Amino acid sequence: MTTPDNNARRKFIAAAGAGVAGLGFTAIAPGLHLMAVGEASAATEARKAGTAASPAVRWGLLIDAGKCAPGCTKCIDACHTENGVSEKLPDPRQNSQWIRKIELVDRRNGKKTELPMMCQHCAEPPCVDVCPTGASMKRADGIVLVDRHTCIGCRYCMMACPYKARSLVHVPLTEQNPEVPRGQGCVESCTLCVHRVDKGQTPACVESCPEGAMMFGDLNDPASAIAKRIASVPTTQVRADLRLNQGVRYQGL
Amino acid sequence: MKLLRVLVTAVTAFLAVSSAPTLAGDGGRTAKPVIEIANPGKCVAPADEMRRNHMEMLKHQRDRTLRAGIRGEPASLNACIECHASKKTGSVLGGKENFCESCHSYVAVKLDCFECHQPKAKFKAAGLKP
Repeated sequence: MTTPDNNARRKFIAAAGAGVAGLGFTAIAPGLHLMAVGEASAATEARKAGTAASPAVRWGLLIDAGKCAPGCTKCIDACHTENGVSEKLPDPRQNSQWIRKIELVDRRNGKKTELPMMCQHCAEPPCVDVCPTGASMKRADGIVLVDRHTCIGCRYCMMACPYKARSLVHVPLTEQNPEVPRGQGCVESCTLCVHRVDKGQTPACVESCPEGAMMFGDLNDPASAIAKRIASVPTTQVRADLRLNQGVRYQGL
Repeated sequence: MKLLRVLVTAVTAFLAVSSAPTLAGDGGRTAKPVIEIANPGKCVAPADEMRRNHMEMLKHQRDRTLRAGIRGEPASLNACIECHASKKTGSVLGGKENFCESCHSYVAVKLDCFECHQPKAKFKAAGLKP
């Protein structure tokens, strides 16, 4: 369902529109306008109703593990509140987990580093490769989602994910956020708060972090704050050796 | 011949009278759907079209929204719920007078949407900011 990425053409159109990025279109003759696709301002604006997610955009996160406070779970709480993940099962291993904290310990000197771990929104997602029904999918703007209308709950994607990012819902649910449908028998994971992103907002975890350790933006747009930071400081993708080109990057690991 | 005509008339009249009590309606055996809507008014399409095609409209809209990311389409399940939820319970499910459930139980068609979707209008999950 993805549209082929016609980068050369898009770059030309974006360059044509760059002069009047704020306006969103460029006048090529009086009364005749050329729409600018993927211009700089697209990163933070709500997409117009009726327009599809653009392949010119690639949403991503940059997480500064150096700033992540030990013991803080504000991002987890905000995520699970936003997405209505509230069920507490007798076996806590069955609880859905859209985002979790991981502690890394350097055994030689005891140095501890904490970081939030969630769906890494890979460019080449293994969960999408293994899905037998096509329910696991990547949207044109790089957000990896589960189409619950076709998910049969087989959990192949949970096995395939190198980050243990996905969960299966084990019980019937009634307290869903209307914008985040979720239910028993389907696999789910971080959606990068797709319902917020489409409205021009940032994901709930990014907004909640008191340390400002998380940054959200368009990785494809060289003018965005996240792309500038990635271009200027050393950042890593977790398990970069798998060459999945993750959309979530970490700093200070 | 005249006798036959009389006989046919008598049989027809008998059938019409004897089948009348089984027709749906007030006092009938089959309870007709009771439509109680919080915000009656103009729908996105005429009622007969909605009755016949709402499932197709929602099916195509869900694919466009989830897979392509197109938001703000007229056919949206959340928009349905906002208008059609019951005044009493604020939901489209739960009892005979609730919009979705009343018709679906009448025609005996399984209603899967609300295993994942929220059936209550203006529902706010606990702790969610407006």
